[in-house]
Amino acid sequence: MIKVRIPAQLRTLTGGVGEVPMEGATVGEVLKGLDAAHAGFAERIFDADGGLRRFVNVFLDEEDVRFLDGLGTPVTDGQTLSIVPAVAGG
Amino acid sequence: MDFVSGLRCRECGRTYPAEALHVCDFCFGPLEVTYDYERVAATISRERIESGPRSIWRYADLLPVRDAAPVDLGAGFTPLVRADRLAAELGLGELWIKDDTANPTGSFKDRVVSVALTKARQLGFKVAACASTGNLANSVAAHAARAGMDSVVLIPHDLEKAKVTMTSVYGGRVFAVQGSYDDVNRLCAELTSEQPEWAFVNVNVRTYYAEGSKTLAFEVAEQLGWQAPDHVVVPIGSGSQLTKVAKGFAELYTVGLLDEEPSVRVSGAQAAGCSPVATAFAEGTDVIRPVKPDTIAKSLAIGNPADGWYALDTIRRSGGACAAVTDAEVLDGIRLLARTEGIFAETAGGVTIATLAKLAAEGVIRSDERVVAMITGHGLKTVEALADVVGPTATIAPTLDSFAEAMAADAASTLRSSL
Ligand SMILES: Cc1ncc(COP(=O)(O)O)c(C=O)c1O
Ligand SMILES: [Zn+2]
Repeated sequence: MIKVRIPAQLRTLTGGVGEVPMEGATVGEVLKGLDAAHAGFAERIFDADGGLRRFVNVFLDEEDVRFLDGLGTPVTDGQTLSIVPAVAGG
Repeated sequence: MDFVSGLRCRECGRTYPAEALHVCDFCFGPLEVTYDYERVAATISRERIESGPRSIWRYADLLPVRDAAPVDLGAGFTPLVRADRLAAELGLGELWIKDDTANPTGSFKDRVVSVALTKARQLGFKVAACASTGNLANSVAAHAARAGMDSVVLIPHDLEKAKVTMTSVYGGRVFAVQGSYDDVNRLCAELTSEQPEWAFVNVNVRTYYAEGSKTLAFEVAEQLGWQAPDHVVVPIGSGSQLTKVAKGFAELYTVGLLDEEPSVRVSGAQAAGCSPVATAFAEGTDVIRPVKPDTIAKSLAIGNPADGWYALDTIRRSGGACAAVTDAEVLDGIRLLARTEGIFAETAGGVTIATLAKLAAEGVIRSDERVVAMITGHGLKTVEALADVVGPTATIAPTLDSFAEAMAADAASTLRSSL
């Protein structure tokens, strides 16, 4: 099981829940599963080419998946995937 | 009454009310404050500004919040200093230093924090929070104390000592996080979802916070006799300041305070150990690849800059450039500014001066331009960086002989090094 952390901006899609358990072998699979379970995720976090939108950061445990293999990064049971708006800081 | 008409997503254009929102619910793009410029233009004037307070609040008509008693320690209206000796060393003509070391907590962050917390208080927040590379931490802790708000500040664990002390002294909560600034930033972005009742100045009230940096441009133009410069050099951390400086000059013209439409070249300064924007600029790409920072310019060590893309776009559209300088060049830059103009800047200022020198040497910044360099933080904050490169000329006994001997030795070594 992968724990997916949902930012406040997307909790309307999960009925207010901030943490959703998901299955999947890669970051991309988990996120697509999220969309299947809670319709609306895909159009919010993916761009037209199916990549992550410019202002969406996804972290596997504490690491930005852009430093890993992006959506192809393998995930294993017990890991946490966090979706976080990129516009912060400075 | 302020002149804010609402918030607008920079990416998809969706509009929102002027509340504690920073991200578009739909596309996650950044929200930007929009103003009713016609109403501003009908009210604002040079005289009205010139008779206002000697602080950022003289420009309240172009800020996202108005308050009879803002959260204020006196940020802004810092000196704009003509820098002829530095210009001569760099082969430049008319050069000015915007000396933002003179702010209440020693950095330009006082501008953004004064705006952010004034708005936060109006929105009903009781707690001021932030993720910080150091200067913001100082400023949030100080302004929260001033406003009687609680503060919660998160910083990377390895900041300069002065920045940690200067944050902690005000009595708020300070968390040193075992990680980089980008880790701190992610933690805070997640925390805002869990602690929506806290005003994270650079997260959930970032839209308002960012507007405070426009006052750098407002002041420069006013101090130049209501004229825009030809070229500004701005350090880049998240890229927010740079984009807002450009916006500031444009707004002055929009509301009728400048006679001529400004065309200010905006150049960005980064440290080579954290240069995602300079790298994208050099490679001619649109994609900002995040990096893991490694530089003495800790205040600019943001590997995944939120406004990196907008900073890059602003630089390119304005005909500016973006360059990165090594840590050794940063130290040279700090000493060059101190030696020629008597201004002691922190490492971010060293980045700016070294970049100015580099772009001048390359002919990108020209001697026929009126140039302004933004010196955004005070040198006392980062004294560690200079430990190995400056110090007393000699340590002597309290006797005339000892003094004469040391003077002679120093004169000889000065002569040797000038040969
Ligand atoms: C002294 C100083 N200058 C410049 C910056 C960069 O500002 P920005 O993050 O808006 O690009 C910072 C902080 O991030 C800073 O502390
Ligand atoms: Zn949007």
